[in-house]
Amino acid sequence: MKQQINKIEISAAAEIAAAADTQSLEAVRIKYLGKKGALTAILRGMGSLTPEERPVIGAYANTVRGKIEEEISARSESLKSASLASALENEKLDVTMPARKKPLGRLHPITQVENRMKEIFVGLGFDIVEGPEIESAYNNFDALNAPADHPSRDRSDTFYITDDILLRTQTSPVQIRAMQGKQPPIRIISPGRVYRCDEVDATHSPMFHQLEGLVIDKNITLGDLKGLLELWAKAMFGEDTKTRFRPHNFPFTEPSAEVDVSCFVCGGKGCRLCKGEGWIELLGAGLVHPNVLAGCGIDPQIYSGLAFGIGIERVVMRKYNIDDMRHLFENDIRFLGQF
Amino acid sequence: MKAPLNWLKEYVDIDCTPREYAETLTHTGTKVEGYELLGEDITGVVVGKVLAMERHPDSDHMWICSVDVGAEAPLQIVTGAQNVSVGDLVPACLNGAHLPGGKVIKTGKLRGVLSEGMLCSIGELGLTVHDFPYAIEDGIFILQEDCAPGDDIRDVCLLRDTLVEFELTFNRPDCLSYLGLARETAASFGKPLRLHKPEVRPSGDGDDISKYISVKVEDTEKCPRYSAKVVKNVKIAPSPLWLRARLRSAGVRPINNIVDITNYVMLEYGQPMHAFDYGCLSSKKIIVRTAEPGESITTLDGNTHPLSPDMLCIADGEKPVALAGIMGGENSEITEGTETVVFESANFARMNVRLTSREVGLRTESAARFEKGLPPVNTVPALERACELVQLLGCGDVVDGMIDVCTADINSTVIPFDWKRVNELLGTSLTFEQQAELLEPLDLHADGKGNLIVSPYRSDVVTTADIAEEVARLYGYNNIESTLFKSEAKEGKYTEEQKFVRTILSTMTAYGFTEIYTYSFISPKWYDSVLIPADSPLRDCIKLLNPLGDDTSVMRTTALPSMLDAISRNRNMRAQECRLFENACVYAKSESDMSDEKKVITAAFYGGGSDFYDMKGYIEGLLAEVNLRDYTIVAETGNPSYHPGRCAAIYSGKRLIGVFGQVHPTAAANFGLEIPVYAAEISVKAAFTAHSPDRDYTPLAVYPAIERDVALIMDDAQTAEEVYSAARQYGGKTLESIEAFDLYKGKGVPDGKKSVAFRITLRRSDRTLSDDEADAMVSKLLKKLGETKGITLRI
Repeated sequence: MKQQINKIEISAAAEIAAAADTQSLEAVRIKYLGKKGALTAILRGMGSLTPEERPVIGAYANTVRGKIEEEISARSESLKSASLASALENEKLDVTMPARKKPLGRLHPITQVENRMKEIFVGLGFDIVEGPEIESAYNNFDALNAPADHPSRDRSDTFYITDDILLRTQTSPVQIRAMQGKQPPIRIISPGRVYRCDEVDATHSPMFHQLEGLVIDKNITLGDLKGLLELWAKAMFGEDTKTRFRPHNFPFTEPSAEVDVSCFVCGGKGCRLCKGEGWIELLGAGLVHPNVLAGCGIDPQIYSGLAFGIGIERVVMRKYNIDDMRHLFENDIRFLGQF
Repeated sequence: MKAPLNWLKEYVDIDCTPREYAETLTHTGTKVEGYELLGEDITGVVVGKVLAMERHPDSDHMWICSVDVGAEAPLQIVTGAQNVSVGDLVPACLNGAHLPGGKVIKTGKLRGVLSEGMLCSIGELGLTVHDFPYAIEDGIFILQEDCAPGDDIRDVCLLRDTLVEFELTFNRPDCLSYLGLARETAASFGKPLRLHKPEVRPSGDGDDISKYISVKVEDTEKCPRYSAKVVKNVKIAPSPLWLRARLRSAGVRPINNIVDITNYVMLEYGQPMHAFDYGCLSSKKIIVRTAEPGESITTLDGNTHPLSPDMLCIADGEKPVALAGIMGGENSEITEGTETVVFESANFARMNVRLTSREVGLRTESAARFEKGLPPVNTVPALERACELVQLLGCGDVVDGMIDVCTADINSTVIPFDWKRVNELLGTSLTFEQQAELLEPLDLHADGKGNLIVSPYRSDVVTTADIAEEVARLYGYNNIESTLFKSEAKEGKYTEEQKFVRTILSTMTAYGFTEIYTYSFISPKWYDSVLIPADSPLRDCIKLLNPLGDDTSVMRTTALPSMLDAISRNRNMRAQECRLFENACVYAKSESDMSDEKKVITAAFYGGGSDFYDMKGYIEGLLAEVNLRDYTIVAETGNPSYHPGRCAAIYSGKRLIGVFGQVHPTAAANFGLEIPVYAAEISVKAAFTAHSPDRDYTPLAVYPAIERDVALIMDDAQTAEEVYSAARQYGGKTLESIEAFDLYKGKGVPDGKKSVAFRITLRRSDRTLSDDEADAMVSKLLKKLGETKGITLRI
């Protein structure tokens, strides 16, 4: 009988090894270990054995049963991993095929540049103040010391709603509102839409955006204005950026300056963008005119202030080397998707 | 303002390159826009002397000339002109010469005969008979200048100069003169200014201006000063070369000696002048007055302008003879036959000149200057300079005496000079002496007693800030040390609303919407395009008085049309799908004169298989992101711009937050969009007011939930919300949520009905809910739905 068991062990091992899939392995298990299986039959037939033989053969048969079970289980594992491997092989993808696009939206480059500027100034303790786009002529001109016959008031320059109400031509009226509302120290920036009667072309738009800044306190100097704008220019365009101040005239500042920054493309050597100058004219600035301070109830003998106004489109165009302002308002996603 | 450097060199030494000059002046505040090198386009043209001429053998009109060009041997040059004679001095182009317009002259053969250059006309040199009145246009330029063969034609004809273009600021009308620019140049380079005081020799013949004319200024506000002189025995002729050349390089066309003198003085002093033919003035009177009703004037350009009573004119005893400060009248024009001239040098108020010039549509050099506000102090020196030039040119006898009707203040002003405050403003530590030294060349004189004496033409210098600017610009802005303001340290802040908007922008971009910027002003026709009814308040919009055109003539009360326009543009550019949004204001009329500006988020999309429920998903996601929890979404059938069956309004309590849905197909079609377009408009203010700034923690559920799915048969017109609200009513606290998840119509569902599957989630917070309890609740709900709404369980 032991021989019979040995035979079963050998033939089972052979059949287990030969089983090509889980079904045939299951058939092998049934053939040997099932209720009507070969080994089961042996155990059932033990009645014919002597009482001495029975435990010996029984234990042997169980050992073999254990071995067969182990072999089946090992074979089953290997068949599973082989079938997984083959399934994985079949599921292989061409990873170079195109993605299903998951596009994010983009903020308009004007917003992006404006956000960057806000970050810089908020970091320096500036609050952000906004005001109406439809303004009084008083806030937009008179309070800003623009003479009654200043050409900027002309109907060829400013959009009017009535003789006294207009579309603001600058965000400076927000500064007036801020100064009227509060005593120094004042440290604000005011971003927003502004309007001027310019026909649309590559460098003009009847609607554009400004960010103006105002600092009023005791002992604010022209040197402070320079220092602040130099800091801004470096933060905005990189540490190597140089800044240059030229005298100019604006009604609401005195002294006034126009500020150039070194060309972002050539770094000051001269190129097509800067027309060989090495400098790009970027903004206007100055010390707040004493008439403006006094008009807002701030004593110009005690306080002084600095103010600056940056055309956001101009920065956007320079920063991204955009040659035509019209792109900014045509809202073509092929353009807007680039920023 | 353009100025030739050769002219400025009359008053100040300029010995640097044009580029250095431009840099220096720009940095002291007289911005140089650019410069042009005059005469650079002519090379290789010299004076030639015609030694001999013979007929061209193969031509009936050409001449073969032997021309001495100052070289060892004469050149052979063929010309077709007929006005050349042996002995003439002519401009001769050598081989390789360049002429204006890029023309290059090369040695070549003309009908087989060698021509080693070309003789040229004034036109070919870029000149006209105004520049050389003795020349003819149709022929070779026969030179009458003192010159020799081989001389460069540019030197002979005074063609070389550097024309600098300045961008002058509003506060410096005194720089609209070459003397003013020379003063700035001298101050900028630290060089002396050579000022010339005009001197008129008295005639002593006993004649006096009072015998000729009287001047009466009726409106001294519009004419604060009127000065006049008379010149008799006038001999009208061309001006000498030097004067013509000066005018030409300045861009002014020479006319005759008297007119040229007035132009010359205008450029030099910045003071516009006018010359009247005395013989044409009736009653021998000049009256400066506003026009009388019905009057008109024909100006020198031949146009007739009706005058309105606020326009200032110069009249004789009968009629207007000039439009004050703008242009003279044809009736008193200087002509060949003029014998006696009245020179006018006056000051006119800038506002009147500007308005009048606009109204009659005449833009002249004179008007452009008066509009800037000229210093009245200049009228007399300019007048004397003109008379001095008359004597210099010998073109008339200056009558003794001058008329000067002056109500203007022409004295220097004295202002306090707080030099310490100047340092405080600039952040500098300049001494009094340093500041005084910087100011002196600008005719700003520190008297050492705490005052600054300001020349009358610098009326822009009034306050300490003005003085600070003068000091700073000559000291050099870039020499001032950069510092950072010393102020209290504080946090820079965004307002809560600004942060709220930033969250909206980042959510929209995360959802794939790209931000756009459209104009705030639109065409009123766009209200038609989005189907706004005629009586809608949205049409009652703010209008611009002076729009650029109809397309940008009203302030928008809705940003939807601008959005559809942008959507349409992208569709036309063949974008398969497109999601856009804008954060901008709409403008409503308000009680006060100002507008009621409301920030609105406008979004729209098409394509990508998205529909109404995607838009609803974006909206709900956005509201969740900004923590606006308490809202309802209801069908909106009355918004004309949207599909009546596919539009919803968002409310928080009674406050309307916004609207979204499918754009009305007709509205979409009006923008060329034949596909479904979905849009949303959300009021930032309303959403901000309704949102809650704080987020409260909700404890996580401890006990398990029980879910029951039921399919209900409902009328087509019945909404999911009806089932929700019934569930809320009867479910009490046990109802955690109910949501529709499937919609079916067709076989097994009667016509006019639909089957909607709902998932009901039930949970108790204090204990585990039993299945029996859950079933009982669902049964109760179904019973109520049946009783109240006729909604039944689908079996």
